[in-house]
Amino acid sequence: MFQFIVRRLIQLIPVLLGVTIIVFSLMHLTPGNPAQIIAGESAPKETIEQIENRLGLNDPIPVQYFHFLKDAVMLDFGTSWRTSLPVSQELAPKFWVTLELAVYSTIFSIFLGLIAGIISAVRQYSIADVGIMLVALFGLSMPNFWFGLMLMQWFSLQLGWLPPTGWGSPQQIILPVITLGTMGAAVIARMTRSSMLDVISQDYIRTARAKGLKERVVIYRHALKNALIPVVTVIGLQFGSLLAGAVLTETVFAINGMGKLMVDRILARDFPVVQASVLIIAVVFVFVNLIVDISYKFLNKRINMD
Amino acid sequence: MSQKELLKVNNLKQHFPIKGGFLGRTVNHVKAVDDVTFDIYEGETLSVVGESGCGKSTTGRAILRLDEPTDGSIEFDGVDLLALNKREMRKKRKDLQVIFQDPYASLNPRQTVAQILMEAMAIQKAVPKAKRRERAIELLETVGLNADQIDRYPHEFSGGQRQRIGIARALSVDPKLIICDEAVSALDVSVQAQVLNLLKKLQKEFNLTFLFIAHDLGVVRHISDRIIVMYLGKIVEIADKKSLFENPQHPYTKALLSSIPTPDPEVKKERIILKGDVPSPINPPQGCRFHTRCPFATDICRQEAPALRNLDNMKEGHRAACHHIEKIAAEQ
Amino acid sequence: MNQETILDINDLRTSFLVDGFEVKAVDGVSFKLPKGKTIGIVGESGSGKSITAMSILQLLDKPGKIMGGEINFKGRDLTKLSEKEIRDIRGNEISMIFQEPMTSLNPVYTIGQQIRETLKVHQGLDKQRGTKKAIELLTLVGIPSPEQRVKQYPHELSGGMRQRVMIAMALACNPELLIADEPTTALDVTIQAQILELIKDLQSELGMSVIMITHDMGVVAETCDYVAVMYGGKVVEYQDVKSIFKSPKHPYTVGLLNSIPRHDTDVDELEPIKGNVPSPKDMPEGCRFAPRCPFATELCTQELPTLDTQADGGEVRCWIYTDRWDGDPEVNVRESKRTAESE
Repeated sequence: MFQFIVRRLIQLIPVLLGVTIIVFSLMHLTPGNPAQIIAGESAPKETIEQIENRLGLNDPIPVQYFHFLKDAVMLDFGTSWRTSLPVSQELAPKFWVTLELAVYSTIFSIFLGLIAGIISAVRQYSIADVGIMLVALFGLSMPNFWFGLMLMQWFSLQLGWLPPTGWGSPQQIILPVITLGTMGAAVIARMTRSSMLDVISQDYIRTARAKGLKERVVIYRHALKNALIPVVTVIGLQFGSLLAGAVLTETVFAINGMGKLMVDRILARDFPVVQASVLIIAVVFVFVNLIVDISYKFLNKRINMD
Repeated sequence: MSQKELLKVNNLKQHFPIKGGFLGRTVNHVKAVDDVTFDIYEGETLSVVGESGCGKSTTGRAILRLDEPTDGSIEFDGVDLLALNKREMRKKRKDLQVIFQDPYASLNPRQTVAQILMEAMAIQKAVPKAKRRERAIELLETVGLNADQIDRYPHEFSGGQRQRIGIARALSVDPKLIICDEAVSALDVSVQAQVLNLLKKLQKEFNLTFLFIAHDLGVVRHISDRIIVMYLGKIVEIADKKSLFENPQHPYTKALLSSIPTPDPEVKKERIILKGDVPSPINPPQGCRFHTRCPFATDICRQEAPALRNLDNMKEGHRAACHHIEKIAAEQ
Repeated sequence: MNQETILDINDLRTSFLVDGFEVKAVDGVSFKLPKGKTIGIVGESGSGKSITAMSILQLLDKPGKIMGGEINFKGRDLTKLSEKEIRDIRGNEISMIFQEPMTSLNPVYTIGQQIRETLKVHQGLDKQRGTKKAIELLTLVGIPSPEQRVKQYPHELSGGMRQRVMIAMALACNPELLIADEPTTALDVTIQAQILELIKDLQSELGMSVIMITHDMGVVAETCDYVAVMYGGKVVEYQDVKSIFKSPKHPYTVGLLNSIPRHDTDVDELEPIKGNVPSPKDMPEGCRFAPRCPFATELCTQELPTLDTQADGGEVRCWIYTDRWDGDPEVNVRESKRTAESE
């Protein structure tokens, strides 16, 4: 097990290097001179050159990349070109907001998705099954910014039950989490259903019934644990796409998270902040996948029943 | 019977690498077939029997070059098959056909029987285009199906009928050798008997040579002229049918024969029940591979691999690989 | 034959309802099993033998349903029991082992956990006592070093070992009836010999009754006391094992025996049954076997014969043995040299 984890960690190195290269090149290939934007439209040429020198923008691109990488390894992402604050200081509070949003949404997705998927599978072709799968299809095909706006329209503006914007209080959390978590719930429900149906037809489920176990025990102890194995992968992938989806959700609900920060700073060509944000999201994504892989291996054999 | 060898297999080895470890290096090999030598004579049926993992199917696949053998030579009708390039090998497949266990999996569900048969003829240019359909109808009748079934799809047939289509396809290119890999194993007994009779009839009619790979010794006794018994990638005994069933020499062959339930409750026979399971072919036992389960094993069996040999009490061509043939014979 | 009967199945009918159609998989099956004996249920694919076995413990897959008949086990009709009552019998008084040992054990639990589960449900054994009993059971079924094996997962065991574990699990609560559904079909022949020997030994040791579902007449000959031959969802013949091999009555039984390639004698040519095994979706009218039977008359294709007891005690479902037989009165079903049409 230990060797497996170490091997996976070593395999992460090239992946993360690749991510930094892509992030770095994307930013430097986008049109628009950052120095010009920082200095303002009508700034004199000397000011712009001065800024360019200070930021190291005149160095060859590989050198710039090397500096960026060296600092990033030390967890130093430089200072924001826009606010002159250290990037880490700018990012930290926003990162926690986004992480909270993603974690709550994932919990919501898992909870709803698993329950719906199990009901659907156990009562295949029933009205409940057909209903759940229809709703899931709807949840899957709905763009989440539109869904967010609709929720806001009904629950905030018309019914006035929940606040339309912001983040922090329990009431403020509900709508963004539903917006962001619905698609994941739909994906998990569909995956759980097909995985459960597959497992229920296995020989060992028949063995479990032949032992004289209650149907509930057969489903939850014998079927679910096996059915979860593929679902866990999907949950991991969902968490990654949640981080990305958070950008839109944060914008819709005016939440001061990393997504919103990124959108703002891309427009302002604030390279250090954008690079750091993308890098953090990539690292989180990669590590979640690592955890998924480990739990996958774990679930596969060594589950304690007693 | 002066016989001509149609196929000569010499020192065939098929080792499959196992990847693993830190960087996915080859850490070990599955020695599926390990130094196997035998000949098949023209017009005979040679069967290869053994339990799962003994290498019987791998041997068949290696002859067809479905997997590239690790080592050894395979001479078919005077030509070294392993020296042929891909294109030449494809041409050679005209003479070397195969019938698999699951006929459904090996028939394209979107093709009618006519298309399946005519395609096989087209690939090998075995029959002029204008005559292909006529030939297909002829083949169907040969294998006991009706000519009016020719435009149907595989799913419209039962398992036994599909196996007949598979046989018709193999016959469509006039092969010399047909490898039957568990060809009747999946069929119900009453249908299996039909297919076995058909194979026997076709052999006589077209002077076919069969390499028959099977695990059912009843089937093997019915169809074979000679039989090879394999255990963990090695030949343990090779003999004509009569000698093998009536005068088996290797303790594994004896145990195998005595393990088969006899469909007659009045027959009380002495049963040799082997202990334990077949060891893994990844690290097969040193010396004689059967020594871990053999009731006669001694030190020499653990150290030295026995060679196939023929003794006075055995017919010509009957050979077994055991250090203790004489001793075991004397005890009985 | 004045023995106590442990199982008496009467006119069992089990169907699968597919797209509004009723597919009769088991269509009026009746047989008796004397206590401590083994009955073999033989037949080819689609004969309904496995469905019969599944019906006894009501372990049928989804659209399957018992439509009628009785399954009397020790004086109780199992078809009338509630879900809870039948659960108390499963794995306790009646146990079952299956064809595929490789997939019949749950891959995510250890051998010990899976055996303990049965002991806990029916006997309320705690973990410690359950483990002790599990080790005893593994010893009983001949698994070496059982103390280590209880901690292992199924994938660490070979097919033969897994079938032994299945048997250990089935025996956990000293069942009175063991249903073995093709228990050795997926195993190699030397392993099959081990498992059959084990079942026979355990049976005489524990006094169980056994239902052996199989397609292999060799297995029947070696393990059974009585044989029910099934064809097209019906029992076509029921006899004690010696009689069925010595004097088979139904043309299908005769055909089946003549189809087997024997490993112990040479046969010039097998005498197969013509045609194909019918599908339960498309059962012929009249006698199910009539389209493949070399003796079939018009009566056979129109009307279904009943399963009647003969003078020698055997039961057979065939018009030849009735007063209404309208074919050759001198007919001898055991006479060879029948030609199969589709040969």
